[in-house]
Order: sequence, then C-alpha cells, then structure tokens
Amino acid sequence: MIRVEGLTKDYGARRAISNLNFEAKQGEIVGFLGPNGAGKTTTMRILTGYMPPTDGSALVAGFDVVDESLEVRKRVGYLPETVPLYTDMTAYDYLKFMADLRQIPDSSERADEALEMVGMESRANSFISSLSKGMRQRIGLAQALIHRPEVLILDEPTIGLDPGQVVEVRKLIREIGKERTVLLSTHILSEAQQICDRVLIINKGKIVAEDTPENLQSRLVGSERVALRVRGESDGLSKIITKVKGVQSVHSAPDGSIEFQFAPGQDVRPEVAKAVVNAGYDLLELRPVGMSLEEIFLELTREDNRRK
Amino acid sequence: MRNIWTIARREYNHFFTSPIAYVVAFAILLIVGAIFALVILDASNNAFSGFGSTAPSISAVVWWFNFMIILSTPALTMRLISEEHRMGTVELLLTAPVRDWELVIGKWLGGFLFMLTIIAVTLIYPFILNSLETPGIDQGQMMSAYLGLILLSAALLGLGVGISSLFNNQIAAFFATLAVFIFLTWIVSFISQIAPGGKDLFSYLSMNTHFDSLNSGTINLTDIVYFLSLTALGLFTGATAVEVRRWS
Ligand SMILES: Nc1ncnc2c1ncn2[C@@H]1O[C@H](COP(=O)(O)OP(=O)(O)OP(=O)(O)O)[C@@H](O)[C@H]1O
Ligand SMILES: [Mg+2]
Repeated sequence: MIRVEGLTKDYGARRAISNLNFEAKQGEIVGFLGPNGAGKTTTMRILTGYMPPTDGSALVAGFDVVDESLEVRKRVGYLPETVPLYTDMTAYDYLKFMADLRQIPDSSERADEALEMVGMESRANSFISSLSKGMRQRIGLAQALIHRPEVLILDEPTIGLDPGQVVEVRKLIREIGKERTVLLSTHILSEAQQICDRVLIINKGKIVAEDTPENLQSRLVGSERVALRVRGESDGLSKIITKVKGVQSVHSAPDGSIEFQFAPGQDVRPEVAKAVVNAGYDLLELRPVGMSLEEIFLELTREDNRRK
Repeated sequence: MRNIWTIARREYNHFFTSPIAYVVAFAILLIVGAIFALVILDASNNAFSGFGSTAPSISAVVWWFNFMIILSTPALTMRLISEEHRMGTVELLLTAPVRDWELVIGKWLGGFLFMLTIIAVTLIYPFILNSLETPGIDQGQMMSAYLGLILLSAALLGLGVGISSLFNNQIAAFFATLAVFIFLTWIVSFISQIAPGGKDLFSYLSMNTHFDSLNSGTINLTDIVYFLSLTALGLFTGATAVEVRRWS
C-alpha cells in the first residue's frame, strides 16, 4: 500500500514535485508516466526512504517514510533508475550481500531464487562488470525482489532490455502485482497500457491525470476509432462510409486503410461493413484503433504547458 | 549489529581484490621489514664490536610503521564512502534497512580489520628478533607499541571514513585525509614546539605525543582515550555527513 499526501520536494530553489496526492492499493500496479524531469525519480526516492520530502507525507506499507523509515525500507523493493551495482562483485555475491543487508536468514537460497526469477542463473558467477547493460538491469531487478517485498518500486524497469526480456519482465511484474503493490515509472506508454491497472500522468511535478489506461483513452478521445481495410484499391470508399449514419469523420491512414470515428455507444461497424460489401468491395479487416497513450500523453502535457 | 558486520565483511573482502590495498600492504611490509633488517644488522654489529649486548629495541621499527600507516591509510579510506556516492550505490545502502551510523561503522570496521591483518603479519618481525637475540626483546614495550599501532589505525581509519563521506571524488578525499593526518601529527607537534603559549594543549592534540608515549612502553589512559575520541569523532562526522546529504 502506498498513500501520498501533499508531497512536495524542493532541490534548493527548484521545486521538483509539488503537492502530489495519490494512492496505490495492495494488488495494484500503478504506472507513473511523465516526460524527463517530471519528478518521477524524485517521488520514488522519497517513497523508498532515500531522502525526506520538503513537505507533505507518505505512507508505504503502513509506515511513514520519514518517521518510520527503517520499517518502510524493510518492506520495499527498489530498482533505482541508475541501476547501481557493485561491479567488483559477482552477480551471486552481490545478491547475497543485498539479502544479508536485509537480514534474510536463507540468503544463499534467496540469491539463487532471485537469479532464476530474472533468468540469470547461468551467469551467477560472472563479475557484474562483465555483464551487458540488460543483464545488469535484470540483476538490479533481482535485487529488488530478493526479500519478497510488500511494495515494489521500479524506476524504468524495462529500459535496456531486449524484446524477449521485456515480455518476461512485464510478465514477472504482472505476477508480482497480483498480491503486492507495484509502482513503476516508464516512458513507454504501451507498457503502461499493458501492465498497469492505473496510470498517473505527471508533468512538471504535478499529477495531470489519473485513471485506468482505458478510461484515460475514452475520456480524452470522446469517440471511438476504427480502421477498415479492403482488398485492392480503396478509391471512393471514404464517400461510402461518410454516408453511413452515425459516422463522425473519415480519413485515409498512411498504411492504406481507412479510419472512421463514431460516438461511443453508437456502434456503426455493422452498418459500415454492410455498406462497404454492398458497394462491391472485398472487406478484409475491421479493427478498432484507440487513440494511443502516446497521443493522450502529448495532449495532456501540451494542455498543461499551454495553461502556464 | 549484523548490518555492520555485513558491510564490514564486504569492504574487507574488497581490499583483497583491490590493487591499491595490495600496494599499501606491500609498501608497509617492505619498509617495516627493511627497517627491521637494518636494526638487527646494527645490533649484531654493536654486539660484535663489544658495545653492550642489550637487545635491540623495536621502537625504531614501530616508529616507521606508524609513519607508513599515516601515509597509506588515506589510500585505504578514500573510496570507502565517496565511491558509493560516485557510483550511485549509496542509493542501495540508504534504501536498505540499515541505519546511517551502521553503514559508517561497517565501512570503518572493514578497513580496520584489513589494517589489523597487516599489523598481524608484521608480528613475525619481533618473533624473528626474539629468536635471534638471547636476552630477547622487551615484551612489555612491544605490547605497548603494538597497542599504539592498533589505536592509531583505529583513529586514522575513523577520520578517513569521516572525510571520505564528505566527498564524491576519491582523489579529493585522499588529499583531504592526508592533509588532516599531517596536520594532526607533525604540524601540531611543530606548533607545540614553537608556540609561545599553549604548549601543553598542542602537545596533547598531537598524535605523535600519544603514539610516542605508547611506543616507549608506557600505557596511559589519556593516550587510549585520545585515540578512541578521534575514532569516535571521525565516525560521528561520517554518520552526520551521510544524514545531511540525504536532506540536500
Ligand atoms: N539531486 C538533484 N539535485 C537538484 N535537482 C534535482 C536533483 N534530482 C532531480 N532534480 C531536479 O528535479 C526535477 C525532477 O527530476 P526527476 O529526476 O525526479 O525527474 P524524472 O521524472 O525522474 O525524469 P526522467 O524521466 O528524466 O528520469 C528536475 O527538474 C531535476 O532537474
Ligand atoms: Mg527519472
């Protein structure tokens, strides 16, 4: 569980985050999205007890991050953005050291277990200095998981991983998120879409939107969008679709398909399909295209910038 | 307590993979060994030419040992905390359930145990000396001198850890530490010799005064208190610096 109230942090005269309020429940994966310098890392550093906030309070796993910092730190697994590792140690020794610091009785088994979780058991005895960036990222993740923490805070966990590993790590996070609380930051919006139950969009130290990825989409778009593809030339198709009742707008997409929009709840897809087929086209595909989180994100942060 | 031990053990093991630590150990053992050989040579010459047959004192050896420890400790302590800041690994330590002072004491203990290991190795020199000379060496003086070396190491490592926590750069930490050591030994001693007043104060502040006293074979509580206070001061500085840097 994470509960943040009025969290504010100043670095000297610069305000990095101001008056943040949000919550993450047990069994929930919350994504922290925002451009560079938005304050994601700063927030995470406060939640993990690395540094105290200038103002406001935060409760993590039921303990206050300032007054009961040690209790919080016992219950949090943290992957810092910079993935700090002792490069002079082997992967196994490093994980065992981290497990010992957390006073886990069976630290050797846990180190092995954590290596296995991130698929690094074959490199247990390699020095960390000899591992690739993605492998180091995985060791960092293993370190965050080693004590089976109640709350997991991951600062850009999949950055630098190969596609296969990205899928693996996302699966792992989903798995962990079933029972624990996960807060992760990312720039990859499709990632937030895939693994997060809820997304917080933060810009310039303020939360500008907070919702499920789906709701964010429909809230912002206000209409649904569908792409349609036919065999061969699609000349004249736009005109036919435009005539269908309920269709709000039509335009051709760069990939040769035609996109049309309609108000949510008034699904006109059957009518459009009939019209297209009746006009003699071979209908190949009818596919919903949500407004991507990328677009939502740009939209939100642009609005916010304009207001200033 | 277990955290202190976990951190100390990692540091101690790290020294055995670090070229700097080997250079330091080698330099100390070589210089101390060379002085020791000279002392023996001198003693046997004296015995030969009939100038008394008293056992040679190891105080000259120990004095050089002290000198080498002062010069080389900064190389052992410079990276202890500064490197954690530079590499960012401090973020791991400060978000682990470890108290700031446990971290600092753990770092100190790792270095102290390494220095104790070097000191333990040099014990073979007095043993050799003992087996060469019939009256043997003055055991009491030797114990007192080694106590002095141990206390001196504790204090220097404490100060070194404290200074290392103030820097992100280990070279900066090295020179700052060396400067403080030279000040506390030779400069303060020099001031006590030339100062018109406050001779006692400066003489008390000088590490040399306390070390020389132990090296000459007298164990005074004031000397022990002096070194332990410096150790505590260094560790306190370190813990405070770690804490303060969290807030900045
Ligand atoms: N140690 C620091 N000292 C001073 N200012 C800092 C420090 N760390 C971060 N800042 C400032 O605080 C603001 C927020 O930074 P933060 O690192 O939290 O952003 P972020 O959302 O994690 O960005 P990114 O996506 O690039 O990782 C930025 O303006 C940054 O310059
Ligand atoms: Mg960041």
